[in-house]
Amino acid sequence: MTDVAIVGIGMHEFGRTEDVSGLQQGVVAVRRAVADAGIGWEDVQFAYGGSMAAGAADTMVSHLGLTGLQFINVANGCATGGSALFTAANAIQAGAYDVGIAVGFDKHERGAFRVRTGSRGKDWYGASGLALTTQFFAMKINRYAERYGITPRTLARVAAKAYRNGAENPMAWRRKPLSEDEILASPMLSYPLTHYMFCSPGEGGVALVLCRADQAHRYTATPTYLRAAVVRSRRFGSFEVLSPWIALEDAPGPTVDASRAAYEMAGIGPDDVDVAQLQDTEAGAEVMHMAENGFCEDGEQERMIAEGETEISGRLPVNTDGGCIANGEPIGASGLRQVYENVLQLRGDAGTRQVPGDPRVAYTHVYGAPGISAVTILSR
Amino acid sequence: MAQVPVVEDILELSDEPHLVGSRCRSCGTHVFPRQDGCPRCTATDMERVALARRGTLWTWTVQGFAPKAPPYLGDTEHFEPFGVGYVELPHELKVEARLTEADPERLHVGMEMELVLVPLSTDDDGNEIVTFGFQPVEEERSS
Repeated sequence: MTDVAIVGIGMHEFGRTEDVSGLQQGVVAVRRAVADAGIGWEDVQFAYGGSMAAGAADTMVSHLGLTGLQFINVANGCATGGSALFTAANAIQAGAYDVGIAVGFDKHERGAFRVRTGSRGKDWYGASGLALTTQFFAMKINRYAERYGITPRTLARVAAKAYRNGAENPMAWRRKPLSEDEILASPMLSYPLTHYMFCSPGEGGVALVLCRADQAHRYTATPTYLRAAVVRSRRFGSFEVLSPWIALEDAPGPTVDASRAAYEMAGIGPDDVDVAQLQDTEAGAEVMHMAENGFCEDGEQERMIAEGETEISGRLPVNTDGGCIANGEPIGASGLRQVYENVLQLRGDAGTRQVPGDPRVAYTHVYGAPGISAVTILSR
Repeated sequence: MAQVPVVEDILELSDEPHLVGSRCRSCGTHVFPRQDGCPRCTATDMERVALARRGTLWTWTVQGFAPKAPPYLGDTEHFEPFGVGYVELPHELKVEARLTEADPERLHVGMEMELVLVPLSTDDDGNEIVTFGFQPVEEERSS
């Protein structure tokens, strides 16, 4: 099987960019990615891309250039970016192409996601006030926190870390550090989660240039290699976002499945990971996803976070770019943002938020609707 | 004022209102709302069943801000926080529902809950549109 390298990365600033469409933010990300790889758009042989709410990715060829390349749209909920990456890597591994692009972008309205689960007059779930992703995350951490002793202070520490790291990231949306007390004192949106513990739907775009690993040095002196890319959907018995009901029996969620498959594919274990970007839709998600991705036992997070183990200077730095909490969540771009950050970290180009000690292995994890997860493992 | 359910076939209004689900004749799995295939065993032999009206609280939160309308049918101008939780119906499933209690001090995992109707709004014909919720069962302890 042909190995795959990432040789170019590009990003449009996350946050709110008035007067620039989501698609246009994707175009900017692609131009920056090809420039980073030292190639032109005309050299790109194929692309996979998608957004949730900002239109069909393939229409960006009218801005980038009508070169006739194969461009396939990807729509896979919160794993749209991860699915674009997985599929692009497969195209290279299959020998179909040598160099191509995975791109994701989005632009969402302000406030919590407006979720519609049926046609007008049939949408009892939304009509009843239940179609809110925020409720799921609150209910999951509320049960988990009681069971495993996770305190509100720990949730505040996670959020404070996100804003602190975001302040060091010129691409981030929220760049003002907030204290744990400010986070705890902000309005309670969905108990036990306060306003500043949540990420917000936002805007942004990310593109990656991928190529055959044996050709990587044509493009860059610092390639990173894709050791695993996995997407998994939910199984019977797991507890997922936007579920009107769940089964009596308990099963692990798609994160656990995706994570295990990724470690197996990479031949790498959680102890080998030097930096991790984990889905932090809110502070509790980061806590629970530490365990679901194999980085600790349930309940260990309380001590690990208090002792700073997930800080940039810690044993396992988590969400070094500020995560979703500081960057917001443009769904189509969010998973690729994590990969972008890991490439910077592995190249040693992360500036003031660089993880010390020359990190070699980096991990990303996305979780979202409708009960889906995507994991990647990169190494130098 | 007459009451109508937010959507037919989810909620049956009667002296004892109840949720309507499906049960797999092959493996016994319950689902809500009704569907024609079993997500556990993949069989397609599902029967319509009335779900239990009482259960225990499995997890909960409090919805602290007004949901976006649409799709929300409730009052967003004079919004009052409401509880949301999963109630475990014995031998059936865990159903997500509004809770009549919104005080975190008075909600805890394992408490007994029973089904009630929750008004959302009024339709063009003057009927009260109701959805379902659960309320804590008054503890019958006198001590």
